[in-house]
Amino acid sequence: MAGPMKARARMRGNYTDIRVLMSHPMETGLRKDKGKVVPKHFIQNLTVKLNGTTVVEGEISQAMSRNPVFSFRVGGAKKGDKVEISWLDNKGDTNKTETAVA
Amino acid sequence: MRASGCSALLIAAFALVAAPVAAQAAKATKYQKMVTEESPAELFELVGEDLWKKKQGPKKASLEKCDLGKGPGVLKGAYAALPRYFKDVDQVMDAETRMLHCMMTLQGRSKKEALKRPFGNANKPSEMEYLTAYVAGQSRGYKVNPGTRHPMEKFSYALGEKLFFARTGLYDFSCASCHGEEGKRIRASELPVLSNPAVARPVMATWPAYRVSNSQMKTMQWRINNCYRQMRTPQPVWGSEVVNAVHMYMMVTGKGAVYAGPGTKR
Repeated sequence: MAGPMKARARMRGNYTDIRVLMSHPMETGLRKDKGKVVPKHFIQNLTVKLNGTTVVEGEISQAMSRNPVFSFRVGGAKKGDKVEISWLDNKGDTNKTETAVA
Repeated sequence: MRASGCSALLIAAFALVAAPVAAQAAKATKYQKMVTEESPAELFELVGEDLWKKKQGPKKASLEKCDLGKGPGVLKGAYAALPRYFKDVDQVMDAETRMLHCMMTLQGRSKKEALKRPFGNANKPSEMEYLTAYVAGQSRGYKVNPGTRHPMEKFSYALGEKLFFARTGLYDFSCASCHGEEGKRIRASELPVLSNPAVARPVMATWPAYRVSNSQMKTMQWRINNCYRQMRTPQPVWGSEVVNAVHMYMMVTGKGAVYAGPGTKR
């Protein structure tokens, strides 16, 4: 169901730059299509884990664009560390992706 | 006394007008840089790759053996070297037109079925948009180098150049009416002067492109089609000699740029 997702994590001096692309319609519930309201459908929770430890936990809302792009700066990571990113939307759909710090 | 007061006011008024314009341009440049750093265009490439390798059509074949000008199945640098002349069909084709040809020959699909939906929307992008994103992505780092040697290629370029400056339609517009003068824009979109190689290079190096404002991957066939729609001409035929000639003209003008697409636009 869920479209593709892609993440990248790179060392940038003393922090790690994590970037993630995800495909999601992010419907606000305010838009109408042929007079009918398009139901809300958006990502609610975003979790970033570094070697299994949660480092970012985000509650996001309809204000985000379709196909959102996020970037985070995380300290204390080193090359080869495993980064896991997952999301959960209001319909219970979920998706995740993994990458290693480069 | 009165007169000098007036001119002071005038100067103040000019300053007010000039400052926001410069600030706006700087903001637009900054915004453009930010959106291109990481863009959903890559997600379209991923889906496009799956579609490229998916067996479909009456012949249950994938497009993996499609010859985009560099030999069957060679994708590296192929998009940047299009449009070009293809001997097997005796025509100048761009990437999309060639892919349609492959869908018909390799997969055995009818033109009608394959072209049922060339332009998608945000909820459902078209197969052609996904495929173009994937194919174009395989040319990153290659120089834009469309065919310019064959007589048909020369003819296509000349036709494209003519079309670029030919005024037509209800509004008596040509491509150059909007894309022929520096500093013009439609809302926040700057209109590049596509007859100027220095301007055309970065533009042609980043099409097809993901449009942030409507969350869609847009191809050159769509861009040219939609420009003609805005000019209120009859709708050009998808993949026709005319559309491909305009594409050829712009690609040749942008020749030498290092391809960096699929890009991201406002």
